[in-house]
Amino acid sequence: MADLSIEFAGIKSPNPFWLASAPPANSGEQVMRAFDAGWGGAVWKTLGDPIMNVTSRFGGVDYDGRKLMGLNNIELITDRPLETNLREIREVKKRYPKNVVIASLMTETKNDWKVLIRKCEDAGVDGLELNFGCPHGMCERGMGSSVGQEPKLLQEITSWVKEFAKTPVLVKLTPNTGDIVEAGTAAVAGKADGIALINTIKSIVGVDLDRLVPLPRVGKASTNGGYCGPAVKPIALHMVAALAREPGMIPISGIGGIATWRDAAEFIALGATSVQVCTAVMHYGYRIVRDMIDGLSEYLDAQGMKSVNELRGRAVGGYQEWGDLDLSYKLVASIDAKSCIGCQLCVTACHDGAHQCIFTGADDRPRPPHAHAHGPAKAPKPLPLGAIAGDRVPWIDEPECVGCNLCQLVCPVPGCISMVEVPNGKSETWNDRVKQGRDKLPGGIHEDA
Amino acid sequence: MTLEKLPEDRLENELADKKPLYSEAEAKAEADRCLYCSDAPCIKACPTEIDIPTFIKKIASGNVRGSARTIFEQNLLGHSCARVCPVEVLCQGDCVYTGWGRDPIQIGRLQRFATETATRAGQAPVLAKKVDVAVAKKRVACIGGGPASLAFAGYLALEGHEAVVFEKRGYAGGLNTTGIAPYKLHAHDALHEVAWVEGLGVEVTTGVEVGADDGPGRISGKKLLETYDAVFIGVGLGADSKLGIPGEDGPGVYGATEWIERMKLEMTKAHREEVAGKRVLVVGGGNTAIDVARECALLGAAEVSMCYRRGVPEMSGYAHEMSGGRKEGVRLVGHVQPVAFVRDAGGKLTALRVAKTDANAKPIAGTEHEIPCDLVALAIGQSKLSGIAAALPGVELDKRGCVVVADTATCVTGNPKVFAGGDCINGGKEVVNAVADGRNAARALLARWAGK
Ligand SMILES: Cc1cc2nc3c(=O)[nH]c(=O)nc-3n(C[C@H](O)[C@H](O)[C@H](O)COP(=O)(O)OP(=O)(O)OC[C@H]3O[C@@H](n4cnc5c(N)ncnc54)[C@H](O)[C@@H]3O)c2cc1C
Ligand SMILES: Cc1cc2nc3c(=O)[nH]c(=O)nc-3n(C[C@H](O)[C@H](O)[C@H](O)COP(=O)(O)O)c2cc1C
Ligand code: SF4
Ligand code: SF4
Ligand code: SF4
Repeated sequence: MADLSIEFAGIKSPNPFWLASAPPANSGEQVMRAFDAGWGGAVWKTLGDPIMNVTSRFGGVDYDGRKLMGLNNIELITDRPLETNLREIREVKKRYPKNVVIASLMTETKNDWKVLIRKCEDAGVDGLELNFGCPHGMCERGMGSSVGQEPKLLQEITSWVKEFAKTPVLVKLTPNTGDIVEAGTAAVAGKADGIALINTIKSIVGVDLDRLVPLPRVGKASTNGGYCGPAVKPIALHMVAALAREPGMIPISGIGGIATWRDAAEFIALGATSVQVCTAVMHYGYRIVRDMIDGLSEYLDAQGMKSVNELRGRAVGGYQEWGDLDLSYKLVASIDAKSCIGCQLCVTACHDGAHQCIFTGADDRPRPPHAHAHGPAKAPKPLPLGAIAGDRVPWIDEPECVGCNLCQLVCPVPGCISMVEVPNGKSETWNDRVKQGRDKLPGGIHEDA
Repeated sequence: MTLEKLPEDRLENELADKKPLYSEAEAKAEADRCLYCSDAPCIKACPTEIDIPTFIKKIASGNVRGSARTIFEQNLLGHSCARVCPVEVLCQGDCVYTGWGRDPIQIGRLQRFATETATRAGQAPVLAKKVDVAVAKKRVACIGGGPASLAFAGYLALEGHEAVVFEKRGYAGGLNTTGIAPYKLHAHDALHEVAWVEGLGVEVTTGVEVGADDGPGRISGKKLLETYDAVFIGVGLGADSKLGIPGEDGPGVYGATEWIERMKLEMTKAHREEVAGKRVLVVGGGNTAIDVARECALLGAAEVSMCYRRGVPEMSGYAHEMSGGRKEGVRLVGHVQPVAFVRDAGGKLTALRVAKTDANAKPIAGTEHEIPCDLVALAIGQSKLSGIAAALPGVELDKRGCVVVADTATCVTGNPKVFAGGDCINGGKEVVNAVADGRNAARALLARWAGK
C-alpha cells in the first residue's frame, strides 16, 4: 500500500484529505468523528467575532435526478463563541495529536489579527488559514473576498499575520477574481507558507418561480451566495494548475468539488499537496474518506508509485498554451456497432451541435453546404449492423469528422464511440505558423483589408 | 351519467392496480432515466405514434400539463391506453434499454402519471376546443361507444363539430368498461374517461342500438345517414363463440367476455363464492383466455386451468401475461379438445369431457377423459357484428366478417360518408389500435371538409 502521508509547509499529515473550513469542521465533536473516520486534517470553521446567520441558508442544483450537483450557501463564519471553539480545538489536539488542525481566521484590525492568532496558537493549532474568500456577508464588511480581490490588501494583511504567527500560514483565495495568479503571487509576496483554493463562487442558485424570489429564500428576499460542489471542480482545477505552474510557488491545498479519490488525484496531479472537502461531506458524511484513502492508494500502487508525493504535480507539464498544441493531431470518431443501442443521440448531437457527419440508413447523403470535403457522403459498404440496434447503428462520414468528440460525450454506452487517431506524420503548432508568418488563413477579413 | 349506477362493492374492486399511479418523485426519477433518443424507436412502436421522448422530458421538467397535451394530441384516450396497452410488445418492447438488456423506461406508467395528473378534477382543461372552425359546423354520429368511436368523436368535437355517440349498452366505454382486466383498469376509471371525453363536447347516448329500423331504444342506419354529415362504425365484436357440444347450455358455462362483463359491472362481494374456492376451466389459449384465468385465480379460485387444443407453446397469449398467470397459479394444459360438458342429475356442472389431440390438433380416438370443474369460461373467439353493414348501404364485409375500409390511414368504407375503426375492422386488436383508427378517420374527414 502506497504511503499517503504528506508534509504541507512543515505540517505533517497522515494523508492529504482535510475537511475544508465549513459546517463539517464546525465543532470538536464533529472533527473527532471525522478523524475517527480517517480524515487526515481539518480546517476549523472560520473563527472571528461571532456572527448571526439567516434561514434558509443553502440552495442545491440537481441534475437529471442527481441531487446537489452544486451547492450554494449564504452562511457566514462561525456563530459560536471564540472560547468554545478554542477549548474544543485544544481538546481535539490533545486526543488526536497526529491529525492536523488548522484554524481558519477572519477579522479586521491588525490588533484583532494579533489577538486571534495568539489565542489559536495557544490552543495548539498546527497552522492558520486566512479566509480571504467568503463571497457573501463578510465581504460587505470589508473582509473575506473583498480582501482576496485586492492583491495589495491581501499581501498587506498576510504580512501582518506573518509578523505574529509562529505556525505556518495558508492564504485561502477566492475564485471571484480576474486573475488568480495575481492573488497567488500577492500571497507569496506577503510571505505566506501555503495557498488554499478555491473558496466558493459568487452565485444565485435559482429562483422560486411561484414567489419570484431568488433562492435560498429568507422571507421575502435572498442574496447572492457562494457556489461549490461537483459543478465547480473544473474551475478549481484550472486555478490550482495556474498557480502550480508559477515559479517559486508555495504548497497548495486544493479545494472545490472533490468527492472521490479520483477528484483528489486530479488535484494532486495538477500540483496540490493536500485537498480539502466540504460539499461531499455535507451530502454523504465523513465516511466518504474511506474510499478516498483506499482508492488513492490502489491507484498509486497500480501506477507503481510508492508515495502520494510521487504523484504531485505530474500533470502540470501536460498543460500547454493553446498556441503550442499540435494542429496536425487528428482524431475521427468510430462507432462500435456491436454495443450501439441505436438511440441516435450522436446523430442529433452531430447534426445540431457539431459538424453534420453522422448519418443513418444506407443511402449516400448530400453533404451539408459547410462541408470541408466535397461530393456526397458515402455510406460504408457493408453498413454496420448492430447486434442490439440492427440497422439503427449510425455511420460516420469520416472525411468530414472534425474529431470534436461531442458524439462520444453524448453516447450513453460506455466505450461504444471511440476517437481513433489518424497518424499523418506531421506536427505543427499555431505558434509555429505565427513565427513563419502563416497565420492568415484563406477566407478571412484580412483579404478585404 | 351512468357512473353512479355502478355498485360500490363490485368484485372487480378487490383486484388492485398491478401498476399503481406513480408519485411525483417516482415519475420524475423514471422520466430522468429516458435517454431522449433521436428518431426514437419507442415512437414507431406505438400504434398512435405518441411523441414519447417529448412527453417524458416534459414530466422531467415539471410540465405535466404540457406532457398530457403531447399525449392527447396523438392519442385522445392516452389515459386508458397508458393502463391497458401491452407495452411489453409495443413502445417499451422497442425502448433502446430493452435491447441493451436493461429495464426499459416505464412508458405506460409515465403516460398514466401525466394524463391522470393533468386531468384531475378541479383543474383547468388541458385541451382547448377550437370554436372558430374554418368550415361550417358539421354533425357526426358514432355507432358504438368504445375507444374507436370516442377517439373519433372527441377529435371532431375539439375542432368545434357536433359529435354524438350511440351505445347500445347501459354504459359507454366499450371493452374498456366491460372487458379490461380490473388490475389494469377498473370500470369506474373507464367511465371517468368517458365523462372526460364528454367534457370535450361529445354527446354520449346509452341504451340506443343502431340497426335496421327505428323505435324505442333503436335508431336505423338510414336515419343516421339522413341526419348526420358522417357516420363512424365502432361496434367492436359480438358475442363469445360457443363450442356447440352437448351440455353447453346451462349454469356454470359462460362466454369469457360475458363473464368478465358481469364480474366487472354486476357481481359484488356477495357473489364472491361463485368463483372463490371453485375449480375453473378456461377453454382457449389467447389473451382473453389468460385474462379470465388470471382474474379467477386472483379472486380466489381453488384451481384454474387453461385448456388449448394445440400445445402450450402455441398458446397465443402474450408471454408476459402467460408468465404472470403461471405465477398466480394458472395451469396450462395443451392438446385437449372439449367433447361434452358433464352435469349431475340436478343439472349442476361437474366436469368437462375432453379428448387428447395430436400434433395437428385433431382429437385422438379413445383418449377421452374428464376434467372436474365447477365453472367453465369459453374464450375461443367472438362473433362479428355483421348486421351493421346491412343497415348502411355501401358498407362491405370481408370473408372474416370485418368491415372493409380503404386503408387505416383514412378508415373510409365503401360509402364515402361512412368510416369504421377498431375491432370491427381488424377482427380484434388492442385499444390503442382502435384509438388510432378513430383519430385517423377524424383527420381524414377534417382534411376532406377543409378541401385538402
Ligand atoms: C377480455 C378482453 C380483454 C382485453 N384486454 C385488453 C387489454 O388489456 N389491452 C388492450 O389494449 N386491449 C384489450 N382488449 C382489446 C380491446 O378491448 C379492444 O381492441 C378495443 O376495446 C376495441 O375498441 P372498439 O371501440 O373497436 O370496440 P369495443 O370496445 O368493443 O366497443 C364497441 C361498443 O359498441 C357497442 N355496440 C356494438 N354494436 C352496437 C350497435 N349496433 N349500436 C350501438 N352500440 C353498439 C358495444 O356495446 C360496445 O360498447 C381486450 C379485449 C377483451 C375481449
Ligand atoms: C455552507 C458552507 C459554509 C462555508 N463556510 C466557509 C467558511 O466559514 N470559511 C471558509 O473558508 N470557507 C467556507 N466555505 C467554503 C468551503 O470551505 C470550500 O472552499 C468550498 O465549499 C469548495 O469546496 P467543496 O466544493 O468541496 O464544497 C463554506 C462552504 C459551504 C458550503
Ligand atoms: S449515441 Fe452511441 S449508442 Fe446511441 S446511436 Fe450513437 S453510437 Fe449508438
Ligand atoms: S399508447 Fe400505448 S403503445 Fe402508445 S406509448 Fe402509450 S402506452 Fe405505449
Ligand atoms: S427508446 Fe426508451 S430511452 Fe429512448 S426515447 Fe424512447 S423511452 Fe426514452
